[in-house]
Amino acid sequence: MPSAAGPLKTTALTRLFRDMGARMVDFAGWELPVQFSSVLEEHQAVRTAAGLFDVSHMGEVEVRGRAALEVVQKLTSNDVSRLGPGQAQYTALTTDKGTFVDDIIVYRRDEDDFLLVVNASNTDKDFAWIASQARGQVEVINASARYAQLALQGPRARAILQTLVQVPLAPIRSFHFIETAVGGTKCIVARTGYTGEDGFEIYAPPGDAPDLFSALVREGSPHGLLPCGLGARDTLRLEARLLLYGNDLDETTTVLEAGLDSIVKLGKGPFIGSEALTREKERGPLRRLMGFEMIDAGIPRHGYPIRVEGAETGAVTSGTFGPTVKKSIGLAYFPSRAAGVGTRFSVGIRGRDAQAVIVPTPFYRRAH
Amino acid sequence: MSKGNGIYPEDLKYTKEHEWLAVNGGVGTVGITHYAQSELGDIVYVELPAAGSPVVAGEEFGTVESVKAVSEIFAPVSGEVLEVNTALATSPETINKDPYGDGWLLKLKLADSKELDALMTAAEYRKYIEEEAN
Repeated sequence: MPSAAGPLKTTALTRLFRDMGARMVDFAGWELPVQFSSVLEEHQAVRTAAGLFDVSHMGEVEVRGRAALEVVQKLTSNDVSRLGPGQAQYTALTTDKGTFVDDIIVYRRDEDDFLLVVNASNTDKDFAWIASQARGQVEVINASARYAQLALQGPRARAILQTLVQVPLAPIRSFHFIETAVGGTKCIVARTGYTGEDGFEIYAPPGDAPDLFSALVREGSPHGLLPCGLGARDTLRLEARLLLYGNDLDETTTVLEAGLDSIVKLGKGPFIGSEALTREKERGPLRRLMGFEMIDAGIPRHGYPIRVEGAETGAVTSGTFGPTVKKSIGLAYFPSRAAGVGTRFSVGIRGRDAQAVIVPTPFYRRAH
Repeated sequence: MSKGNGIYPEDLKYTKEHEWLAVNGGVGTVGITHYAQSELGDIVYVELPAAGSPVVAGEEFGTVESVKAVSEIFAPVSGEVLEVNTALATSPETINKDPYGDGWLLKLKLADSKELDALMTAAEYRKYIEEEAN
């Protein structure tokens, strides 16, 4: 179905997915598979074997040149100077209020060469923002059309990918990457992901993506790999408390409110939003993003009201039935005074007040 | 497709909201159709009224939720709930596996058999689905 903005954008894999009979949906203006077989089976495959996702809709912005480090340091809350070439980091593109322009991953490919991977729905906004803040000898390129991205996730991911890669993958640690051939195609192979499992994200030229996807399905099937859609991606990331821009984060939520203190490096020197975040750190955030589970029956959904002691304090930002934890779980912002683990509150589920409790997160943590 | 295949059983009545009704004497059994469960995907939660509750034709009486979506269920006819399928509380996926059998939702004591005339036959429902798909 066409969105208000015109026909849906497609990835290099859309045609293959239609042929495979995947159920396609409109996600942020992109035609993407929500499921291939069943969300629960795909979720389970990633937790126990492997799953393969097309995430080519993600945006890629290249920042290169002698001033690149300085520019990325100014734009983001984490400390990029800690990265050597071949290392990556989760970080926030911050506003001067300390809120999120976006949450992104920065890959340092060389001393002066950074790749910023941004959320699909924010690509144009982020590129314009980054370009507007660039000073000195630096080149900012929206390279999104030059990268397809496949996410191979799950405990069998390494064994499967190894069949198509010459160099050993075992030494690549989490949030590290190499540039190497995968099935004959030069790719960036990063040990990153959005599922709470071990796995890799593979950046490939779009023209080679269908063959690469098919090769990974062929090599992975004997291991139990399933092609996976956005449905499983969402349940997997939420169990692992990985946040979703537009639901859990946006330009009204600060990095500290989101509980991402570990990506706020106030000691690295000034960056956009550092003054606001310094003040917020001193007085403490006014509200906090916390995980909860339902006590009463029902599934919390995005937008359902949250009531603490009878007063509405916010809304569910993300919620689902967690297939691995086998509980109804969610995230929401709570006033700091009522944000402690163990706090009971209610979620308005279609006119009914259902009891829930704040719990420690992540909801799911892999054993190995 | 053959007559009376597993997707549109001949002996059932159907609604536009994709519920089915099997009538046996004055008792009707209600469920959601194969098409409805297939569109919803993996069902993980069901909310049903208690036995003894009244339901009114065309009005919402419960919800079925998949991982991604919430879907209201509407009463095909009016009546009083005699029995609910309590096994669904722990095995809601039964609705996906056997929507016309073990995945039934509830049994009703029919209030007015004339209401049955408003429901679709299998052939009419099948035509309705095929038109909706186009």
